[in-house]
Amino acid sequence: MTSYLVRRVAGALVILMIISAITFYLFYAVPRDPARAFCGKICQPETLTLIRHNLGMDEPLFVQYWHWLVGIFAGRQFVQFGDCPAPCLGYSFATQEPVFSAIVDRFPVTLSLTLGASVVILAFGILTGMIAAWKVGQPLDKIASSSSVIGASLQIYFVGPLLAFYLVDTLQLIPRPSYVPITENPLGWFTHLMLPWVVLSIIFTANYTRMTRSQMVEQLAEDYVRTARAKGMSSRSVFFRFAWRGAMIPILTIFGVDLATLLGGAIITEQTFSLHGIGELAVRAVQNTDLPMLLGVTIVGAAAIVLLNIAVDMLYAFIDPRVRLS
Amino acid sequence: MTTVSWSGEPGTSRGPGPFLSVRDLSVEFSTEDGIVHAVDGLSFDLEKGTTLGIVGESGSGKSVTNLAILGLHDPAHTKIGGEIWLEDQELISASRGSMEKLRGNRVAMIFQDPLTALSPFHTIGRQIGEVYRKHKGASKKEARDRAVEMLRRVGIPQPETRVDHYPHEFSGGMRQRAMIAMALVCDPDLLIADEPTTALDVTVQAQILDLLKELQQQFGTAIILITHDLGVVAGTADNVLVMYAGRAAERGTVREVLREPRHPYTWGLLSSMPRLNSSVDVPLMPVRGTPPSLLNPPSGCPFHPRCDYPKLAGPELCFNQRPSISPETGHGDACYLTLEQKRELRTAKTEDHA
Ligand SMILES: Nc1ncnc2c1ncn2[C@@H]1O[C@H](COP(=O)(O)OP(=O)(O)OP(=O)(O)O)[C@@H](O)[C@H]1O
Ligand code: SF4
Ligand SMILES: [Mg+2]
Repeated sequence: MTSYLVRRVAGALVILMIISAITFYLFYAVPRDPARAFCGKICQPETLTLIRHNLGMDEPLFVQYWHWLVGIFAGRQFVQFGDCPAPCLGYSFATQEPVFSAIVDRFPVTLSLTLGASVVILAFGILTGMIAAWKVGQPLDKIASSSSVIGASLQIYFVGPLLAFYLVDTLQLIPRPSYVPITENPLGWFTHLMLPWVVLSIIFTANYTRMTRSQMVEQLAEDYVRTARAKGMSSRSVFFRFAWRGAMIPILTIFGVDLATLLGGAIITEQTFSLHGIGELAVRAVQNTDLPMLLGVTIVGAAAIVLLNIAVDMLYAFIDPRVRLS
Repeated sequence: MTTVSWSGEPGTSRGPGPFLSVRDLSVEFSTEDGIVHAVDGLSFDLEKGTTLGIVGESGSGKSVTNLAILGLHDPAHTKIGGEIWLEDQELISASRGSMEKLRGNRVAMIFQDPLTALSPFHTIGRQIGEVYRKHKGASKKEARDRAVEMLRRVGIPQPETRVDHYPHEFSGGMRQRAMIAMALVCDPDLLIADEPTTALDVTVQAQILDLLKELQQQFGTAIILITHDLGVVAGTADNVLVMYAGRAAERGTVREVLREPRHPYTWGLLSSMPRLNSSVDVPLMPVRGTPPSLLNPPSGCPFHPRCDYPKLAGPELCFNQRPSISPETGHGDACYLTLEQKRELRTAKTEDHA
């Protein structure tokens, strides 16, 4: 188990390095020059050179990348900003703030959004899928199945404002979405994020309803389910004690894959509701050609996805004893 | 004991009628292509403590019949007719609750492939124990002890540690032993074994069959043994039922049916039987032609499209009228040939062979 974890984390680090190197490289393929942007409209060549030097952009690409990498583990010194302790992701070109603390400030927003939506997706999707499978062919099944088709065709930037208009402005049922730190006011955190959670999960939930239903129906046709019935187990306990486990494994697999898409959805949701999360940072970093910020956001986002995937894989072992973590 | 004639040990049955009596059973599935007549007018009896071997080609309705005894067909797509009497209880009309009480308790079943038939998610001990808990109201501890005892009884070494293992940690033969332990945990009166050895290799097959026989002698369980392998029947069963297209083609004691088979289909089965000692489980390809469609069963004798003798019996008869098994009791078969004709044909056949 421990050696499995060590190997997985080591693998994750390699993946993250590759991702950061690619991002680094791609940034230089972009024709916009951040040093020139710094320099302003009337730009003396000497000033440009100086800025380049201060930003470390006059060094070869791999040296710059190396400095960046070392900064994460050992911190680094900047001519114009001074000391940047580890983990150092540099300073924003655009706002001059340290990238790491900017991300730390906003990370809870995105994390709350993603994790909350995951809970809604899994809980609601699996529940409705189970109900549909339990009542296969009956009205409840048909309702669950057809509403899942509708859900899958909805879009965040369409549903978001629509729901906000009705639930917040017209009916005043829930407060306008914003981020209240969970440490200050858990209830406020919950109520202010309700709408974003629902909106973000709506397109995914439908998919999980459909998958759960078909997986359950498939599991119920398995030999071991027939054995359970031949032992005298009631249909209900066969359903809830045997079949669900087999159904959860493919669903977890898909969920692991969906995590990246979910994070993308979280960014759109942040934009839709003007939440100040990682998404906002990312969008601004792209607009400003802000390399350190872009790299920082990319690497933190990728790290989150990779870590959550490791967690998902470990869940397998709890559900299916045939999966050995070795 | 008026209707029973092939009980193994007369006098062991209590009260009137046989222990298990299947009367005119029919099972129909509604499918997209139409109605599948999987079992059509099947009757047979079984006495306590004896073994009935059911043989027949793939698709002849062996499994469907036995799933009907346990009430395991999906009622939404299945129409079941006739009667199934287990002592004084009729099973087709029984409530869902009383069938749940019966399954795993008085009537247990073991399946062909123990790998897929056991839950991969639960330990062997838990799977055995939960049957015991459900039917006998035992505590967790009692159920576990019982599981260990059962594993020991079916010959699994170190049952105290094996009880906490998962099916994928067992070998094929051990898994089938565990499956048998699970089936026998509540001391059932009737055990249905649907091709219990097909998925196993030859030496293990023999061990499993010996185990079943041994347990039967100890506990007096009645067994229905479904198999493709007439060699298995010869070694294990008291009585045989040969099925064809969802009907009984022939029945009798093992001796009667194997020594003096009467039905042309049984002749085919026997001549395709591998010779002594080569008990490799090859699928039976007994008779020319293919098994009939159960969507549109042939008129008359269902075997007539593949039979060599309709002319002898009178073709009108074979093509238009359905023979039923006769005589009513004892060694019987469903064929219009006279006993005399059958004897002659069979003798000719065996001489051909020699
Ligand atoms: N649920 C079902 N729906 C439709 N047809 C079915 C169903 N179950 C079985 N059948 C059909 O009923 C017929 C008898 O099947 P059954 O499983 O009893 O055969 P079998 O004698 O056990 O064969 P095998 O030796 O291959 O196990 C087959 O033609 C099968 O296709
Ligand atoms: S009844 Fe006729 S067709 Fe059927 S087995 Fe006998 S001889 Fe053949
Ligand atoms: Mg079968």
